[in-house]
Amino acid sequence: MIDLFHTIRSKIKTGARISDEETLALFESRDLLAIGELAALANRKINGEKVYFNVNRHINYTNICVNRCTFCAFSKGVEDEGCYTLALNDILEKVAEANAAGATEIHIVGGLHPDLPFDFYLEMIAAIRSDNPGLHVKAFTAVELDYFARITNQDVALVISELKEAGLGSMPGGGAEILRREVRDKICPEKISGERWLEIIEQAHRAGLKTNATMLFGHLENYEDRVDHLRRLRDLQDRTSGFQAFIPLAFQPDNTRIPGAKGVGGVDALKTLAISRIYLDNFMHIKGYWVMLGLKIAQVALAFGVNDLDGTVVEEKIGHDAGAATPQALGKEEILDMIRKAGKVPVERDTLYNELKSY
Amino acid sequence: MLKSIHGKTEKTSPLERDEALYLLTDADLLSVGKMADAVRRRMHPHNRVTFVIDRNVNYTNICQSRCKFCAFYRTEDASDAYVLPYETIYRKVQELADHVGTQLLMQGGLHPDLKIEWFEALFRELRARFPQVQIHSLSPAEVIHIADLSGLTMPECLRRLQAAGLESVPGGGAEVLVDEVRKEISPNKIGWRQWAAVMEEAHALGMRTTATMMFGSRERPEDIVEHLFRIREIQESTGGFTAFIPWTYQPGGTELGGATATGVEYLKVLALSRLVLDNVENIQASWVTQGAEMAQVSLFFGANDLGGTMLEENVVAAAGCSFRLTIGEIIHLAREAGFTPAKRNTRYDILEEY
Repeated sequence: MIDLFHTIRSKIKTGARISDEETLALFESRDLLAIGELAALANRKINGEKVYFNVNRHINYTNICVNRCTFCAFSKGVEDEGCYTLALNDILEKVAEANAAGATEIHIVGGLHPDLPFDFYLEMIAAIRSDNPGLHVKAFTAVELDYFARITNQDVALVISELKEAGLGSMPGGGAEILRREVRDKICPEKISGERWLEIIEQAHRAGLKTNATMLFGHLENYEDRVDHLRRLRDLQDRTSGFQAFIPLAFQPDNTRIPGAKGVGGVDALKTLAISRIYLDNFMHIKGYWVMLGLKIAQVALAFGVNDLDGTVVEEKIGHDAGAATPQALGKEEILDMIRKAGKVPVERDTLYNELKSY
Repeated sequence: MLKSIHGKTEKTSPLERDEALYLLTDADLLSVGKMADAVRRRMHPHNRVTFVIDRNVNYTNICQSRCKFCAFYRTEDASDAYVLPYETIYRKVQELADHVGTQLLMQGGLHPDLKIEWFEALFRELRARFPQVQIHSLSPAEVIHIADLSGLTMPECLRRLQAAGLESVPGGGAEVLVDEVRKEISPNKIGWRQWAAVMEEAHALGMRTTATMMFGSRERPEDIVEHLFRIREIQESTGGFTAFIPWTYQPGGTELGGATATGVEYLKVLALSRLVLDNVENIQASWVTQGAEMAQVSLFFGANDLGGTMLEENVVAAAGCSFRLTIGEIIHLAREAGFTPAKRNTRYDILEEY
């Protein structure tokens, strides 16, 4: 074990890559703090003491979804109590509020709605952009893009270019879950395959859109599945350099339909974030998504290789429907305080990681 | 500095105050954590993480102390002020016994009328009815209050309580053992020397006690360091502390207000406790104030014990912090982190491994 840590340490120092076998050995190691030290070393090389955050707002335009992923507590059918679809005016109102509150980014994702036409999405993006030309719209996962391609019977490349023309600025990294088929068959059988997810993201990157990448962990997957997931992302990033941040999402078990799932312990969460930082040497940013991790673990993660805390979020729904105990929004002051008390330097960024203000 | 401190922790030579302050204010979290983890593994080589099945019974919420950090106390005329009747307490302890509990943590406010006879009669009956449950009750502030109210000296009061069945004393009410801080957050509560005097007397009478620290309110880093060294110095002379339990101020509903300590601050203080208190065997993680995820991480930052299962907890909950864990969840938490969960009693004898 000491050899393993020694080998990886010199690899990080010289910029060599760690292998899948070494990564698996890290996942199987019990030495949380040694893993954390390696991740901190890898992060310091890339980001120094800076920790990024942005002022953003989430909007989930609908919770109606034709898929029924077992890990999801957010989706509803059209007949279900509590289902909703926001009208364009409601969306614009929320965006205007966010804009007035100093947001630089709107993050939009939703369910796969059976009736909304593709024009709805194009109009939504165009209207947001025309009302608020300074705002960056980061919207739609690969899962939604595939769905738009299917409902319009056109190639996903065309969907991407139309959305881009309407004003789409970048894409989040959702829907990746665990890319391996065996796991997807169990947790999200109706969702696009891992291969299709990667293909669409690659197309988006080729069209000049930056994206993030997520991994939903702590449900039915094993360590090999996580390493496989990381490898595919690292390979794609080698080809496109289109990924900005990797975001490991700790599975929230409440109201979901995965039998026996317990949720993610603090140790596994920190280990997974740290190993991601060590393995994904071609990703600039590892994001600790505080909504899913909890504020305390998200802050502690800053010592385990994490260099981005997402943002103010405002009105988070998806994690909270699954029992996330965090607040739905954070104030900028709270984020600054968390970062400073972790001994780091807070930097407000825009979606594309241009630095707006150092504190 | 970090290198020389590391050398000292490896050679088990005690740290100095300035070294502790350096760790708290200047060293990075993982460096402090790694040293604490090494010390914890050396002191507890069997890889166990222990817990005790216990229950808090808060016999009254009426309290003359009215500390500014507390959301639990009431004045006597408040509509929700209460004193639990003996029968209610027996019923609660019966529930504890039904859950194979072994520790009763009975604490309450400084009530203007409850004299020593009230506690003696209660403890005698509890001993008779529940011999398997250790009465681990009353903090130093309560002991002194009961003594004053009953016209007794503190040692007389402790001896009578012990004779009636009090076996050990929890370390609550220590807050921060620096009087400048106490004047600000709990001006009516006993000073640090009185807290220490009760503990020393209890130890002299053969009772084991724990020690706590509530941080994250108004203290400075120097005060945290002073607190730890005062505990270490008492322990050097008595050896009576079984465990140290740092936990964080919870601001909800309190007069003091403000925010709670962050996760990084908690872990650093926890790790520092392990390093400074090399003469106290056990360091408890506070899942009640930190939640299950942080408590699990704490096991790598110096903690070797998860405290009680707390079938009932009211004081922290009154401040808006209500983490709950079942025994099964506590066992899972320790095992998932690679430790052997073990049930203990108040004396830290191992009762069962899982």
